[in-house]
Amino acid sequence: MDTSIYARLDDITLSFGEHVILKNCSLDIVRGAITCIVGLSGAGKSTILRLLDGLIEPSSGHVYVDGHDLCHTPERKLVDLRQKTSLAFQFAALLDSLTIGENVGLPLREHTALPDEKIRHLVDDALESVGLRHVYDSLPNELSGGMLKRAGFARAIVTRPELVLYDEPTTGLDPIVTNLITDTILRLRQKLDGTAVVISHDLHSIFRMADYVAMLFEGAIIAYGPREEIRTSTNPFVQQFLTGSEVGPIPV
Amino acid sequence: MRLLERFGVGTIAFLEYLGGIVSLIGESIRSLVHAQIRFAETFVQSYELGLGSLLIVLLTSLFTGMVISLESAQQAVQFGIGSLVGGAVTYTSVRELGPMLTAVVVAGRVGSAIAAEIGSMVVTEQIDALRSMGLSPVRFLVVPRLLALAIMLPLLTIFADIISIVGGMWIAQAYAHINPATFISSARQAVGFDDVVKGLVKALVFACIIAWVGCYQGLSTRGGAAGVGRATTSAVVISIILIFGTNFIMSYLLFGTH
Repeated sequence: MDTSIYARLDDITLSFGEHVILKNCSLDIVRGAITCIVGLSGAGKSTILRLLDGLIEPSSGHVYVDGHDLCHTPERKLVDLRQKTSLAFQFAALLDSLTIGENVGLPLREHTALPDEKIRHLVDDALESVGLRHVYDSLPNELSGGMLKRAGFARAIVTRPELVLYDEPTTGLDPIVTNLITDTILRLRQKLDGTAVVISHDLHSIFRMADYVAMLFEGAIIAYGPREEIRTSTNPFVQQFLTGSEVGPIPV
Repeated sequence: MRLLERFGVGTIAFLEYLGGIVSLIGESIRSLVHAQIRFAETFVQSYELGLGSLLIVLLTSLFTGMVISLESAQQAVQFGIGSLVGGAVTYTSVRELGPMLTAVVVAGRVGSAIAAEIGSMVVTEQIDALRSMGLSPVRFLVVPRLLALAIMLPLLTIFADIISIVGGMWIAQAYAHINPATFISSARQAVGFDDVVKGLVKALVFACIIAWVGCYQGLSTRGGAAGVGRATTSAVVISIILIFGTNFIMSYLLFGTH
């Protein structure tokens, strides 16, 4: 695989029973870039993140992350491979019973033999990166939606992964918090010097942070390219999606 | 054809369930063998699942012991064998009702709580988050609950046995004027230490059933809040059926050859 490609979906088909989610879907994730995936609700965008994180297996095809094929890999090996990848969930998915600090420090406590002071320092640093140092001792149910998402980001980056996957990081947030989240993702990319994949419906935010944009429609990537190329694309599907028009090839 | 199809679908679902729960049992035993145990969480779960059930277990056992004593004393006194009431109450409590009733009460209270908690974690993606961090939900969630129940259910059973016998003794004295010394003497003749141990072995097996079924139902939750409700109900129903069935088999194996 080309070294400039950090992850690759290779001819992926995924179905649950009769329901086909992805069909012959291929996508390259460029190393060191932010790739945004757009598409209709229920198109299978979040499924792509789960495939890249090894949480689910495709019915056919291959998923490569940093040269390793995640398909048909034993769970024990996947655990090692997942150290390079982090998924920031749509609703943060922090453990209710732990404080924010304990949540963020969990992967370090479970996977490293670092002393408590060092873990505390790394957790503080991760929380600082997302502007949440003051919530270390709070419980998840004491935080707002935007703060929860940022706390989820802190947990995702605390192990300094090479690939961070963001699942709808701006959905359901007001424009100010959306901007804050977008800034945070850009800042974290700089801090980690890594690769990111972002699923989002927020076009303003996408065109602020994306290096590459891919559009998913009916289980396949129908458009992919650098941000400006997609913004000016003449592809009627892309045009209709970007303008939000009810008229076009995408059935409403 | 439709009937055959439904039979096939049902069989596949049953085999899938069986395979899933066997896999869960295997993984939790592997974690235990490799000593991958979260002791602090096990302690917390022991407190919450065990001590939290103490009052309800004591109450149900007390009234059960009192009822057995009431019924048996009434008959025994009529036939002039009131001195055997202590043996009847203790025998029934230690060998059968103590372990089984405690398990049924704990299945209702704790099995449902385990399924609901883990089910909620599934629908809020917390289980996916654990897996994404490379953490095994079995080691993280199932093993502490399994250990907590394996420790606490036999302990609760001992308390249940004692309170049931005490309740029975009180009623025997108050209702049939059976002397406590006679009651205890009869109890000691009827039940040996091995009966107590066998009762506790039953409790240990029931603990595993409640933990594994509760956790499995929780982990296989699908479909939001309604799914959590279904998982909770199924956990209680399946646990109780398995407890009754296993109790019969274990009674046959442990006591049936006498």
